[in-house]
Amino acid sequence: MMNIPCPFCGPRNEAEFAFGGPVKPHRPDPNAVSEVEWTQYITTVPNPLGPVEERWWHVKGCGTWLTIWRDTRTHDIVEGPGDAG
Amino acid sequence: MQVDRLGGGGLIDRTKTLNFTFNGRPYRGFEGDTLASALLANGVRLTARSFKYHRPRGIVGSGVEEPSTLVELMGEDASGNRPVTTVPLREGLVAKSVNCWPSPEFDIGAVNQLFARFIPAGFYYKTFKWPNWHLYEPSIRKAAGLAGAPVEAPKSGHFENRYAHCDLLIAGAGPAGLMAALAAGRAGQRVMLIDEGMQAGGSLLNRNLTIEGKPAMDWVATTVCELDAMPNVTQLQNATVWGYREHNFVMVNERAPEHPSILERNWRVRAARVLCSTGAIERTLVFGNNDRPGVMLASAIQAYVNRYAVRPGKRAVIFTNNNSAYGVAADMAAAGIDIAAIIDSRETVPDAARAAVPKQEILSGHVVYSTHGGRLVKAVSVMPSNGGATRRIACDLLAVSGGWNPAVHLWSQSRGTLAYDEALSTFRPDTPVQNAISAGAANGDLTLADALRSGAEAGAGGGKTPEIPASDDLPYAVEPIWRVEQARGKAFLDMQNDVSVDDVHLALREGYDNVEHVKRYTTGGMGIDQGKVGNINIIGTVAIQKGLPLDEVGTTTFRAPYTPVSFGAIGGIREGSVSLPYRHTPITAWNLANGAFMYESGARWRRPGYFPRTGEGFQDAVNRECRAVRNDVGVYDGSPLGTFELKGRDVDKFLDHLYTNIMSTLKPGRARYGLMLSDDGLVADDGVALRLSKDRWIISTSTGHADAMNAHMEEILQTEFPDYNVFITTVTSQWNNVTICGPKAREVMEALGTAIDISPETLPFMAFADGHVAGIPARIVRVSFTGELSFEVNVAPRDLLALWEMTLEVGAPFGIAPIGSEANHVLRVEKGFLSLGHEVDGPIDPYDLGLGWAMSKKKADYFGKRSVALRRDGTTNRRELVGVIPEPDRMIPEGAPLTPGGERKATEGFVTACVYSTVHDRWVGLALLENGHSRHGETVHVRLNEGVIPARVTPPIHYDPEGERLRS
Repeated sequence: MMNIPCPFCGPRNEAEFAFGGPVKPHRPDPNAVSEVEWTQYITTVPNPLGPVEERWWHVKGCGTWLTIWRDTRTHDIVEGPGDAG
Repeated sequence: MQVDRLGGGGLIDRTKTLNFTFNGRPYRGFEGDTLASALLANGVRLTARSFKYHRPRGIVGSGVEEPSTLVELMGEDASGNRPVTTVPLREGLVAKSVNCWPSPEFDIGAVNQLFARFIPAGFYYKTFKWPNWHLYEPSIRKAAGLAGAPVEAPKSGHFENRYAHCDLLIAGAGPAGLMAALAAGRAGQRVMLIDEGMQAGGSLLNRNLTIEGKPAMDWVATTVCELDAMPNVTQLQNATVWGYREHNFVMVNERAPEHPSILERNWRVRAARVLCSTGAIERTLVFGNNDRPGVMLASAIQAYVNRYAVRPGKRAVIFTNNNSAYGVAADMAAAGIDIAAIIDSRETVPDAARAAVPKQEILSGHVVYSTHGGRLVKAVSVMPSNGGATRRIACDLLAVSGGWNPAVHLWSQSRGTLAYDEALSTFRPDTPVQNAISAGAANGDLTLADALRSGAEAGAGGGKTPEIPASDDLPYAVEPIWRVEQARGKAFLDMQNDVSVDDVHLALREGYDNVEHVKRYTTGGMGIDQGKVGNINIIGTVAIQKGLPLDEVGTTTFRAPYTPVSFGAIGGIREGSVSLPYRHTPITAWNLANGAFMYESGARWRRPGYFPRTGEGFQDAVNRECRAVRNDVGVYDGSPLGTFELKGRDVDKFLDHLYTNIMSTLKPGRARYGLMLSDDGLVADDGVALRLSKDRWIISTSTGHADAMNAHMEEILQTEFPDYNVFITTVTSQWNNVTICGPKAREVMEALGTAIDISPETLPFMAFADGHVAGIPARIVRVSFTGELSFEVNVAPRDLLALWEMTLEVGAPFGIAPIGSEANHVLRVEKGFLSLGHEVDGPIDPYDLGLGWAMSKKKADYFGKRSVALRRDGTTNRRELVGVIPEPDRMIPEGAPLTPGGERKATEGFVTACVYSTVHDRWVGLALLENGHSRHGETVHVRLNEGVIPARVTPPIHYDPEGERLRS
């Protein structure tokens, strides 16, 4: 069971969270993208071997949706590319 | 008679005699015995039959490594497949061997031995494949049977889960674990010291060693005493660390905690640091008939002699490749066992080993290649390992020691790597991946002094190391021997699964040459013991055959659990209604008292299905309830509907994104029906939104989707629109309601008494007002789920029962009836109202449902808009919602397929619901049908097993299509 850092509650057991899936790119303006781009946004979910940014909902805690970078090989919660700054 | 109990010594309490029964015969043992030691003390040697060949088997080990004898415990707390060595003896224990019938002495399945050469590894896969394996599986499983699962839940107590946190979790309270606990405990760390044995000490319980010149167990007692006094140290005995998960999460199974009603407790511990001081397990040696009762691990014999004061034989031969067996020989001789010979496969025996048994005959450079006897060992055959004259030595006990394997299971589960150590000829912990360390024998520190030192250093973790007490122990040295080349007869690598050297050779010949494939093809290492004594011999056998070093062959993956854990312990109290409790509204008790037939109707809500009167069947009751609503008045408890309050400046913007239609134009005091889609264009939910004021709304969702919609709304609010000022509060259980519906509903409302003007002019359909009803603070909402004039009277939960009872009382003159969810279903089907899960499935969009009007053209964007447009683009033959009238009049099951002409062709739709309509006095239904909107009036065909049923296609609204009644 992972130990997930909640920004409000601190590290908490995974059992308190609901998995929200990998973070997709930001939702584009549906009227400004092509059919292919929209379909890709809707259907393509990141699934790398290695670090992936994903959402968790602290549903049995404070109710916050949060993002972590998790290494899919080890479950280690790692620093994401954007986390350094 | 405990014929083989020694006259004195041992860690048993001879003043406490315990009676027990094994395979139907009564025996006696002492407090402190295991079932295994008590059986050996009673002279019982033949205790089991093997899994596949039903060969006679005895007791081989003394702990969790036992590969041979499994027992089934009978009676109240029945449990199956327990290694006999791990069952503490208790008064009245009743046990029997598994896999033999009627008894291990006379076992009918033993006939398998005659066919042994016809059932090698892979035999089942190759033979029982036509027509398929499942035809044969049940009888094969029975023949190969282990114990069955207990039929009933234990009566004497329950299971429990507990969470804990600590700075250092120590797995194993042997010398290394105890030293580590001392070091960390004295430094003030929060320590959990967990040990699988009944008492602390690990290997020291079984060996005659000294610490600081005194018996080692004196040091153990002093140490345990000091640890007991530390408030920061928690010590658990009879508890196994069985799983090591990610993020240093560790699973512990505590058996028989000190609480009368708790059978087992499963701990889930988050530890900053984990020390694996799990000891080492002696490995067996592989030679002909090495499974005959009387062949035992040397370390097990040492345990029986020293700890349990039991003599497992009178005349013994010892077969070893390392030094540790010499200490055992000394202890055996001291217990009066006659040592016929020590057979050492090494050409040169170190002097330190010889010194342990100075007068003993030692055959160095020799091997045992076979054993002899019927059901018990009577003699062994030995020969020089490089060939030469054979010799037969009579004995009734053969002690084998193939060297020691660090118990790396837990370490390996933590993903720490292993490295092959040439000097120890075994795998030992190498690089940690999580915050784990290993010490003692588990780390390959196989002498007592090394174990004490590495434990102390690990516990100190770079801090002050406590003084390490002086100890004596034989230095360890080993020369590996993975199998005896000259073996005569079946040489077993895995006794529990009857896997011999020949089976591994066969697997390699047939191309299963990866060690993981060998394991699965031969089942070697897959039993309850998970190959604790034999796995490395399998690896060695593969290595020899392939001409590779052992570290290139590698180990199979170590997985949790380390030893078997009962499902009850994992589940804890989460069983039955506690696992998935029902949700109730405040009038459940009233419903039950009034004969409601209750069942779950989505999202674990327990609701009345219908209220049968005396002598009334299901259909009669539902019909009566429907007629009450259509002709007079009915009332139901609509509380389970998902209800959310949304507050904030940006709620209207947010709702415009969430719903397909425009919500922001709604005026306070009014309600609007809306559809919600997911962004990929699927219908997520429908419901009604009420605007209380500019910045305050109440929205409802369907009962079954309330939780999912809550997640959905919170997610998009927090991730897509974090700058929106919106707060969502779930109020499903804060607002309960009594819904009064039917042509006489307004009269019932007036009889209840309210100052709110409920005239259709002031409070029309889709309006609401706050005030009092029958003196109770209430909000009246004019929505309708039945198609009739309806007043949804929302009140606080504490007022629901009073309002409910008053409504029935004042409604009685109008013929009011409480109605259940069955009648609700009929009424909504008559009206063609949607039910998610019935009419709405994956490919269906709002246009198919006739709800195209709800898809706003004005709004540039909302969830699902682009996707619905994309999915409709160019597609034809969409399935559309229609009504169906079965002709002849009869019921059609939900989900029944519609095929062209009723022929055996691809379906063109299906029936989503079919109910008996009291207004039409016949069955009516709804269906999703290809191009259904343009096919009204056609006849379609329902294809069922019993025949084809024609049905006429109609618009989906069977009743009051203009909606005059609900607006009245």
